Amino acid sequence: MPAVSKGDGMRGLAVFISDIRNCKSKEAEIKRINKELANIRSKFKGDKALDGYSKKKYVCKLLFIFLLGHDIDFGHMEAVNLLSSNKYTEKQIGYLFISVLVNSNSDLIRLINNAIKNDLSSRNPTYMNLALHCIANVGSREMAEAFASEVPRILVAGDTMDSVKQSAALCLLRLNRTCPDLVPMGEWTSRVVHLLNDQHLGVVTAATSLISTLAQKNPDDFKTSVSLAVARLSRIVTSASTDLQDYTYYFVAAPWLSVKLLRLLQCYPPPEDGAIRGRLTECLETILNKAQEPPKSKKVQHSNAKNAVLFEAISLIIHHDSEPTLLVRACNQLGQFLQHRETNLRYLALESMCTLASSEFSHEAVKTHIETVINSLKTERDVSVRQRAVDLLYAMCDRSNAKQIVTEMLSYLETADYSIREEIVLKVAILAEKYAVDYTWYVDTILNLIRIAGDYVSEEVWYRVIQIVINRDDVQGYAAKTVFEALQAPACHENLVKVGGYILGEFGNLIAGDPRSSPLVQFHLLHSKFHLCSVPTRALLLSAYVKFINLFPEVKGTIQEVLRSDSQLRNADVELQQRAVEYLRLSCIATTDILATVLEEMPPFPERESSILAKLKKKKGSGTVSDIEDSRKERNVNANANVNGSSDHTITNTSAKPPPSFACDLLATAPPPTNRPRPIPSSSMLHTPLTPLSPKAYTPQPVTPTVPFYQVTSSPSSDLLGLGNSSAVNSASPPTSSHAASLLVDVFSESLPVAALGSASAHVIEENFSRFVCKNNGVLFESQLLQIGLKSEFRQNLGRMYIFYGNKTSTQFLNFSSSVVCPEPLSSQLNIHMKAADPVLDGGAQLQQILNIECISDFVEAPVLNIQFRYGGSTQNISVRLPVTLNKFFQPTEMTSQDFFQRWKQLSAPQQEVQKIFKAKHSMDTEITKAKIIGFGTALLDGVDPNPSNFVGAGVIHTKTIQVGCLLRLEPNTQAQMYRLTLRTSRESVTQRLSNLLSDQF
Amino acid sequence: MIGGLFIYNHKGEVLISRVYRDDIGRNAVDAFRVNVIHARQQVRSPVTNIARTSFFHVKRSNIWLAAVTKQNVNAAMVFEFLYKMCDVMTAYFGKISEENIKNNFVLIYELLDEILDFGYPQNSETGALKTFITQQGIKSQTKEEQSQITSQVTGQIGWRREGIKYRRNELFLDVLESVNLLMSPQGQVLSAHVSGRVVMKSYLSGMPECKFGMNDKIVIDKQGKGGTTDDAGKSELGGSSGKQSIAIDDCTFHQCVRLSKFDSERSISFIPPDGEYELMRYRTTKDIILPFRVIPLVREVGRTKLEVKVVIKSNFKPSLLAQKIEVRIPTPLNTSGVQVICMKGKAKYKASENAIVWKIKRMAGMKESQISAEIELLPTNDKKKWARPPISMNFEVPFAPSGLKVRYLKVFEPKLNYSDHDVIKWVRYIGRSGIYETRC
Repeated sequence: MPAVSKGDGMRGLAVFISDIRNCKSKEAEIKRINKELANIRSKFKGDKALDGYSKKKYVCKLLFIFLLGHDIDFGHMEAVNLLSSNKYTEKQIGYLFISVLVNSNSDLIRLINNAIKNDLSSRNPTYMNLALHCIANVGSREMAEAFASEVPRILVAGDTMDSVKQSAALCLLRLNRTCPDLVPMGEWTSRVVHLLNDQHLGVVTAATSLISTLAQKNPDDFKTSVSLAVARLSRIVTSASTDLQDYTYYFVAAPWLSVKLLRLLQCYPPPEDGAIRGRLTECLETILNKAQEPPKSKKVQHSNAKNAVLFEAISLIIHHDSEPTLLVRACNQLGQFLQHRETNLRYLALESMCTLASSEFSHEAVKTHIETVINSLKTERDVSVRQRAVDLLYAMCDRSNAKQIVTEMLSYLETADYSIREEIVLKVAILAEKYAVDYTWYVDTILNLIRIAGDYVSEEVWYRVIQIVINRDDVQGYAAKTVFEALQAPACHENLVKVGGYILGEFGNLIAGDPRSSPLVQFHLLHSKFHLCSVPTRALLLSAYVKFINLFPEVKGTIQEVLRSDSQLRNADVELQQRAVEYLRLSCIATTDILATVLEEMPPFPERESSILAKLKKKKGSGTVSDIEDSRKERNVNANANVNGSSDHTITNTSAKPPPSFACDLLATAPPPTNRPRPIPSSSMLHTPLTPLSPKAYTPQPVTPTVPFYQVTSSPSSDLLGLGNSSAVNSASPPTSSHAASLLVDVFSESLPVAALGSASAHVIEENFSRFVCKNNGVLFESQLLQIGLKSEFRQNLGRMYIFYGNKTSTQFLNFSSSVVCPEPLSSQLNIHMKAADPVLDGGAQLQQILNIECISDFVEAPVLNIQFRYGGSTQNISVRLPVTLNKFFQPTEMTSQDFFQRWKQLSAPQQEVQKIFKAKHSMDTEITKAKIIGFGTALLDGVDPNPSNFVGAGVIHTKTIQVGCLLRLEPNTQAQMYRLTLRTSRESVTQRLSNLLSDQF
Repeated sequence: MIGGLFIYNHKGEVLISRVYRDDIGRNAVDAFRVNVIHARQQVRSPVTNIARTSFFHVKRSNIWLAAVTKQNVNAAMVFEFLYKMCDVMTAYFGKISEENIKNNFVLIYELLDEILDFGYPQNSETGALKTFITQQGIKSQTKEEQSQITSQVTGQIGWRREGIKYRRNELFLDVLESVNLLMSPQGQVLSAHVSGRVVMKSYLSGMPECKFGMNDKIVIDKQGKGGTTDDAGKSELGGSSGKQSIAIDDCTFHQCVRLSKFDSERSISFIPPDGEYELMRYRTTKDIILPFRVIPLVREVGRTKLEVKVVIKSNFKPSLLAQKIEVRIPTPLNTSGVQVICMKGKAKYKASENAIVWKIKRMAGMKESQISAEIELLPTNDKKKWARPPISMNFEVPFAPSGLKVRYLKVFEPKLNYSDHDVIKWVRYIGRSGIYETRC
């Protein structure tokens, strides 16, 4: 038959293609194509009818030209005509052209859909297949709209051929993927499930894919598929390899179908029915057993297919996570693969093990492979496999093997690929922190980390070291020593310098005793790195220097020299310049006790989620690690609790009692709304130690005349600024020389308006008294001659108070003496011992006096401190009321809501309760109020009062003779700007006194 | 400076690769092939930046010449060099083709060593090069000859050697211009400029000093005002018809021209190289004589038919003959058939170029000719309208469309005994079309 031979050949097409291939240049190719297009256009002109063969040939040519990357804008009609041809080849080319070229073009789509409909309703299976393939290939919304109801009908019709069913299932899968909303779920769904029982394995394979996708969306509709799938799986697994004929692939029975069935089962939890469950377990065991059998063929396809089924079975086992024996067997199987020749297998084994490690049943089993994994980390050639090994090590790490794993990871880090270094660094940092038994090891590890891969240590990591060192006083000395030693290396990484600067600045004193690390040596060591560092690090180092001035007065001169040098004072960078200028002035002007308070040790950081963990999660996205993290988190809760509670420091209860925060304190001491210029509340400043460089927010700010010097945290600066201005109004402030100096003079020389300048003033000064009710440290009194600073601590019924006398003048105070006077009832209630002070107080110097206080019983009055000295020929007398108040002997008590109200009711006698309603003197800020109640000494109980805006506190006052329990409740009314304070204690006098003290504070 | 130079054939295979600087690695060769020669989209820009490396390329038929650099070089200099190199190669072995390059690759490397040193262009004067880079075996040169070459190449006048003798002292002067035009359908000139070259072929004995004069507006005006009559009105070489003077926008000279003299007196004086060379290049934009006018008329008859009528008018002296006239009328992309009727010449629809090409061998001035075509279109489902590209034209006319005239070219050779009058001088004007387009 000539037509057939002609149809097979399509000589014109072959010639055209060979012409194109022989073109020497792009231009020649374009010319040839243009010529061909013109030829086809003239043929399609419609003057004469073309026979099917030529139509097919030209459509083929157009298709080829399109695939070469040229635009085709005609020929669609001819292609659609081909669809109605009766010849398979012509129909096929027509469908091919349409699935490649037709976009959602309105008028043609209707014709195409018609042709497809005709083919679908024809009884010819090849035509139906072609039509279904076209629908699936195009897969557009229009197609879905037109055929979404038709295809399921074909799929479940009884008389459909197997091959058509197969195509229909896959076609439906495609439509479901593109427009799930258009595929209706109907009665066919249940019949689709039964396709799993079909005789023809091809149909089953296609149906399994479809069901898996559908089951992920509506698991309930396809629940019945579980039992069918298990049955099917067990039939496949137990069948002899020859039973399945076409579907046996290199001696493995239907591997694709097995994998798909196993995947389908992963959509559901383990079957509840015992029989099915048993059968499934049997299947999985058989699969695991088969893996142990010797291979039936040496061909790689055989082992690939076998392993594919095996890995899918293992992931099903992991998914179910219910059969310990299976999990352990799976783990052992994977253990064998860890040493397999095939790189892919090693990769897959490591990856699966990662998930296995998070299962409680197999965690121990996974741990037995640690040596192999570490070995693969060292010897593996493929970087992606090494990466998996790192992941697995991270996943299998726990307290018992943490040291080993961290050591191995560190040693690997030296040779690790650059792309994964940062991740390894984060992982090491997290593991070291999480499983640290003693924190010296932790510090060592992190310093090692910085040494090995400093560039990859992100900020979070070294922030974290500092947080931990600050929060844990048992490692501080060790950390200082180690850092000092590490810094002695000739070349250290900048991150190490940062950590070193911070830690030595805080805790350098702990190692200063050793002559090898004397203060001067420490300073020179730090300063030798200074010039090699970037600006933020230099800024940190400058802060460390000024802390040195406080820690070691003997190096003050050297440091001032450094600060004074032009490279600092006139540094081009504003931040450095500002710091240098301000630190220099601070060190020159402030007395030692002020320095001591300003530059006090950092308070412990509040415990929060490890920033490193957050970073790792972010880095990994929603990837595997976070999953592992989540699943492991529960198991790690205990471990974490142990870590945090292992040293009896304040960290565990910091959640209940946050350390005083910067912002609160500043606001708390904001001046009351009086017009009188107030002294600068330097107490607030003293309370907040100078932060070398806030680990959280580092925001350099430009120098402005009135900006205070510790700009590092931004919020309080404005408050201080305001205060500074109000005091500057006072004409008593001396003329200013420089901006920085003026500020400092404002801050420090501002006298109490009433403070005696001249001769003795006998009356007792109580100016700052009330400010100390809720806090322990600060400046009690200040005049132009003298400044008195306080630092006190109380425990149970005992207290110790450090009084710092600062001579603000340049001349000596002679005959300096001080005494504490307790008025009558007080002397029996309070025992105060004071060591005698040095009679001479040099100009600019500071004197410290220690007061030991013992509370015998509850008291009302406060002791008075009398100071006498000779200055410039006249005797000065100053009396200040010491802020020793009853509430200082509070111990906070935590209790539940139930406990609280029970006790509240017990104290219901009228003399036990005092209620006060008063107007708010300060702004009613919740945070400030909370801080004050905590500062008052009681515990702040959250969630006790049904009204969340109310504050409830509880505590016990310890005296030598009795202990008085105290409950308080503060109800703010923001609209009226009023408070109602209710106090209940077991003693009337105590209630009264506390109520007076506390009501003054708000 | 140029870091390396590669020559590729049309397939992107490297024929010549010469790297002058270490910063150009081998991968640069592949980068250009992948990103330019084999680029999915045709690369039109002659300068391509790939990974901080710049590639400057020119194409001669199927051959790509690419200069590569990592530095910020003067692109004009690089292209000048590439063109010069093409000239040199053409002078040595004729047409630049893959065959010729393969046959002469030793010579090309030799030339590349000479004309580019560490990426800096050197003496690329063909005449000078030919004295020491030869294709035949070199006769053992005497000491004097060798030292002569050295002194010439390194001396002040590197482009000419001493002791040249001709029986007939002759020189040929060609003024070659290409005229570019873009015209609106209504006949309004949207842009027009002429770029011209003065090419000289000299066969003169000794070391002659030449002086070249043309109707440069500045010179003519100055003379008119200053009243120095020494050269005025002589214009012994050019015709005296047409405009008196032309305004030259910018010009560049061969290295032999004394620029200081041009700057001060605006006179062009030089000692010419022997043989053929380009004396100057210039550009004018004012008062251009457009040799042809194209009047298009396109009418769309329904969706399936297009009627095109194009009239061309020649606009120069009737005594002159234009040659090699070719009008290219673009057709829509869905053309399925074309019928053409023309009075003169031959017209044909070329499907491979999507255009009707109308060729006329000769046409005298002040004449008119027309073509009409019917184009049948295939209806498409593409809603895009045909972009109507402009009708372009090629031709060659025997005058300078810029109006440039050579007024004189004087030769002085004080040492030898021939005078200006003994030199036989030939002048020729050729005006060609550059991009000569009319929108329709």
